[in-house]
Amino acid sequence: MKMMVAIKQVPQRDVQVRIDATGKWIEESDLQWALNESDAYALEEALQLKEKHGGEVVVISAGPERVGSTIREALAKGADRAIHVDCDPGNLDVLGVARLLAAAIKSESPDLTLTGLQSDDLGYGQTGVILAELMGLAHATLILHVDKTDQGLMLKRELEEGWFQTIELPLPAVLTIQSGGNKLRYATLMGIKKAKTKEVRRVTAQDLGAPSTPAVTLERIAAPQKQKSTQMLGGSAKEAAAALAEKLKFEARVL
Amino acid sequence: MSGVWVVLEERNGKIGRISWEAVAAGQKLGAQLGLSVGAILPGADTEALANEAATKAIAKVVRLEHALVGAYTADAFSLALEQFVRQEQPDYLVFPHTYQVRDYAPALAARLGQVLIGDVTAIGDGPVFTRQLMQGRLNGEYKHAGGGTCFVSVQSGAFRADQIESGSAIVETFTPTIEASQIRTKPGEPFRGSAQTVDLGSAQLIVSVGRGIKEADNLPMVQELAAALGAEIAASRPICDNGWLPIERQVGSSGQTVAPKLYLAVGISGAIQHLVGMKGSQCVVAINKDPEAPIFEVADYGIVGDLFEVVPALTEAVKAAKQ
Repeated sequence: MKMMVAIKQVPQRDVQVRIDATGKWIEESDLQWALNESDAYALEEALQLKEKHGGEVVVISAGPERVGSTIREALAKGADRAIHVDCDPGNLDVLGVARLLAAAIKSESPDLTLTGLQSDDLGYGQTGVILAELMGLAHATLILHVDKTDQGLMLKRELEEGWFQTIELPLPAVLTIQSGGNKLRYATLMGIKKAKTKEVRRVTAQDLGAPSTPAVTLERIAAPQKQKSTQMLGGSAKEAAAALAEKLKFEARVL
Repeated sequence: MSGVWVVLEERNGKIGRISWEAVAAGQKLGAQLGLSVGAILPGADTEALANEAATKAIAKVVRLEHALVGAYTADAFSLALEQFVRQEQPDYLVFPHTYQVRDYAPALAARLGQVLIGDVTAIGDGPVFTRQLMQGRLNGEYKHAGGGTCFVSVQSGAFRADQIESGSAIVETFTPTIEASQIRTKPGEPFRGSAQTVDLGSAQLIVSVGRGIKEADNLPMVQELAAALGAEIAASRPICDNGWLPIERQVGSSGQTVAPKLYLAVGISGAIQHLVGMKGSQCVVAINKDPEAPIFEVADYGIVGDLFEVVPALTEAVKAAKQ
């Protein structure tokens, strides 16, 4: 089974973010970067399917030069090769990015395309679904488990509030993977060494067709307004803890 | 073009609360822009639900009725709504931001050359649509550019369903053309995960633990605090994904929804998927090393600090206060 995994490089969790001079994005020079969490689960699912059924795992990522480090991380974990769609996603909406990815993926004709259900930065949760639409393929979202059958795939899909369902679909198809379905692997030293020699094919946005005009624009970003007035309890850990116990007993009356 | 249309979603034989919230959002848009508001109800047998929707102050309820949209599939819903949108050409199409909508609305929008502005929390003049970025650390303000229908989905709890005025709407039926062969997926019946042995929904006091705990070996420290308080222990998704606590203790959109008297969040940053599961709590306490963590936005009391120092100190302080 030939599989493609669309991965995204996102700012590392819990970093302090500053709004940049344009007011439309965050200061990127402050950031460290990581593989988007649910994309890591999509990669893991693909690697496990390859271990069971054979085939090839190709990762694809759109973004500027910096995404090369995240591509190498995926190769070190076991992907066979990669495609880097070199572009500035800041000028595109989610449809524009998906059009580039779809054009590059189509040229590979994979049996299965996987991606995470949502990015940790923009959080649109749309790329996989739009990819399926653009490639004319069936899709399923929020997938926790994948079994290959003679007819196609049998999937476990997460619904809301602790409910699940199974869903069957034919190949080729596109899946968005929910986190938690598998245990993630770490890259081994051998994997990291091997990754250096694996193929990373670079294509540019121009190679993939005419740029699309955005249907939706991000005009401005801002810190959210607080919904509650929070009493912050300061001092040493011991002082803060004592103050909190006091509040819980006499103000909130829960002790 | 023909105004604002809201897509309603059936939940357990009724129109779900979040669909009414989407109607409230649609009415806000309609009032702002001087546009009429209609509702669309996809399904195989929508008469009773359409009559219920028709008691609200909306101009028209359209039953988007076909046997093949009875059970949800992305293919059938996209085809049905595509045909409606091509005929009616709405200015705005408003959805509740549910798992179902996330499964098909982005594809439907793309088919029409549009992009869904998803998970919207506020609508301002313009209109400008606000949605969260960076796991709730920032808000982004979005605008629809170019022509055609603007697709919007609204976050659960962001608009007030109880503010919808009553009225009486015309009910019409729109029958889409769908062939069984166009539906590529075969969905099964929903089922529950493992047997539920913990009912967090009725717990009065909850201590909930997140990524900040770092390792499973550090959990006993938090369990001691829960024991001192007489609280149930709960967790955010990553803790259950790692298998450190069973999934039945997970709070959030994919887990349980809780509303205890006290929700004490330890090392939880407060992504929206978690907040929707606990924001009904009476008193929220957050302990986190990051002063910018979104959990502080919903907290009544906050301590910025190292949880490995604060939690043991709090366990002692709680024991002392209870004596």
